[in-house]
Amino acid sequence: MIVATLDAQTLVDAVGLGAIYALMAVGIGLVFGVLRLVNFAYGQLVMAGAYTLAFTADWPAVASIAACFAVVITLSLVLERSVFRPLRTQSPAVMLVTTFAVAFLLQSVALVIDVRDGTIGEPAGSIGGLNRAVSVLGVDVRRVTIVAVVVAVIALGLLALLLARTTIGLHMRAAATDFRTARLLGVRADRVIGFAVVLSGVLAAIVAVILTVQSPLVAPDFALKETIVVLVGVVVGGIDRLWTATLGGFAIGFTSGVINGVLPTDKTVFLPSAVFALVILVLLLRPAGLFGRAPAAERV
Amino acid sequence: MRRIEPVVALLGPVVLVAIVGVLAATASRANEIYFLSAIVAVAMVASIYVFVGNSGVLSFGQISFVAVGAFAAGVLTVPGQSKSFVLPDLFPFLRDHTVGNIVSLGIAAVAGAILAALVGLPLMRLSGLAAGIATFAVLEVTHNLLREWTRIGPGATTLSLVPETTGALQATLGTIVVLTIVWLYGRSRPGRLLRATREDSAAAQAVGVGVHRQRLLAFTLSGALCGFAGGLYVHMLGSITTEQVYLELTFLTLAMLVVGGLTSLWGAVVGALTISGLDSLLAKAEAGTFLWDAPSGTRLVVVGAVMALVLVLRPSGITGGRELTLPRRSS
Repeated sequence: MIVATLDAQTLVDAVGLGAIYALMAVGIGLVFGVLRLVNFAYGQLVMAGAYTLAFTADWPAVASIAACFAVVITLSLVLERSVFRPLRTQSPAVMLVTTFAVAFLLQSVALVIDVRDGTIGEPAGSIGGLNRAVSVLGVDVRRVTIVAVVVAVIALGLLALLLARTTIGLHMRAAATDFRTARLLGVRADRVIGFAVVLSGVLAAIVAVILTVQSPLVAPDFALKETIVVLVGVVVGGIDRLWTATLGGFAIGFTSGVINGVLPTDKTVFLPSAVFALVILVLLLRPAGLFGRAPAAERV
Repeated sequence: MRRIEPVVALLGPVVLVAIVGVLAATASRANEIYFLSAIVAVAMVASIYVFVGNSGVLSFGQISFVAVGAFAAGVLTVPGQSKSFVLPDLFPFLRDHTVGNIVSLGIAAVAGAILAALVGLPLMRLSGLAAGIATFAVLEVTHNLLREWTRIGPGATTLSLVPETTGALQATLGTIVVLTIVWLYGRSRPGRLLRATREDSAAAQAVGVGVHRQRLLAFTLSGALCGFAGGLYVHMLGSITTEQVYLELTFLTLAMLVVGGLTSLWGAVVGALTISGLDSLLAKAEAGTFLWDAPSGTRLVVVGAVMALVLVLRPSGITGGRELTLPRRSS
């Protein structure tokens, strides 16, 4: 029965969703690697980028996208400087709750800016053409899905090269493995952290562009749901290493897509229950993550 | 002095809550709700503190017990004659029974405890981020079921016609009961054992403390108190949707706890009263009925900024995570 309903359309949609989630997972995993900080405010970076796209909707698409990148990267650096840096030595619980507070703050600021015209939500239409579907072998694929998958593959490939082949990449891997020892050996902490934060900002901007194409109405809670799901996916995959975190992000997107396609239409409202019940099950069986190594000792 | 100190740790919070209770009783009808929400916030945050503060394990799931308590108490107290019209899909035992307000609070506590025990039994094996995410998944599942399954509640619509019985008296008394139970637990042997596992899990296990058992006990107690607080909450509001006991409340209550100081009851109370007090003042300012006329949206921005500032400047919280003590003579 399951096989019968699991058609190509479902798979294509699931892969598209997984690709976007994987990009976000890398952004969250990069910062976690060097700072041991679960950045809940990551979704608000995406949201800021989406608003930039909305407010620059009558600019040429390229300029609009450039503005989006500039805003998101600047905001990431400001956050690192004003919030993450003073908290570097705090317990993970305090860091996580602080990023909640920051997320809450950014969302409220967005709300204040947004409701000036009396309505909530701003349309971002300049690059909406990507949302049209093309038919490939009888399966409807939205152009943006193709773009998302291609961009995800390219970005992840470049990142892998960067981490494997460059000095700064080596420093980042060293810092993620053992920050203290890395510093002792001459890795400059602020530079490595700054670089990781900028990279994660770039990824947030990419996600902002893709998500805005998919759903052009930008509201203060834009990308909030996605961030939560990706955070869950990252931990389920194994947050300790970047590639397991990424796989976790992809897996939760892909699984949601597949379950959504398989569930009877009148039962799709229970999709979150199904996905999160699965999450609990995986965590119980493999607390260190689905793709993690042997069960790790507790960290918090 | 030694004998008095632990009592001070209870008396401080109780006196604060009682003062807010008196303010609520004497306030005008329009202002009463601000004081009441502050008191109910204290009940919730203290209930979360029982588990999170004593165990040091971050849980995002406690609001699911608040939600279950709120909907259990709410659904069971909607007057019988109107229930079959507003909530036609309910299971017969929910549809045909209507209980009084005090009984409904008891049922809310039992419902919270049962759910917490069932969920905690497997989940309390986890710690760290895995525990945080798993408890968060519990919140998502609870919210999803409450929202979509109309046999057990109102579904996505508003549950209304709940008797508004949480006035100044019930809110204050109920919250003082919660504070006393939390304090007693903290003084008890299980409470001390659990704090030992928080400080050094390996050392605690080495001297024979059953970490899983102690965590499960506190988690269940926290579930019961959260359910009870949820009952108070629904009887304060009179009508409720599933969105009101979901993400925003989870983050807000956790932020209150951390802003006050994660590891003490005093911190939980101070954090809850500070944030809800600030929130109420700004809400009144936005409405133009307090001192200055604030533009709309100020409230959320200021509350967010204050929470972030306190956490960055003073990560151990306003109270530093210590209980209230009498000032010592310096000689």
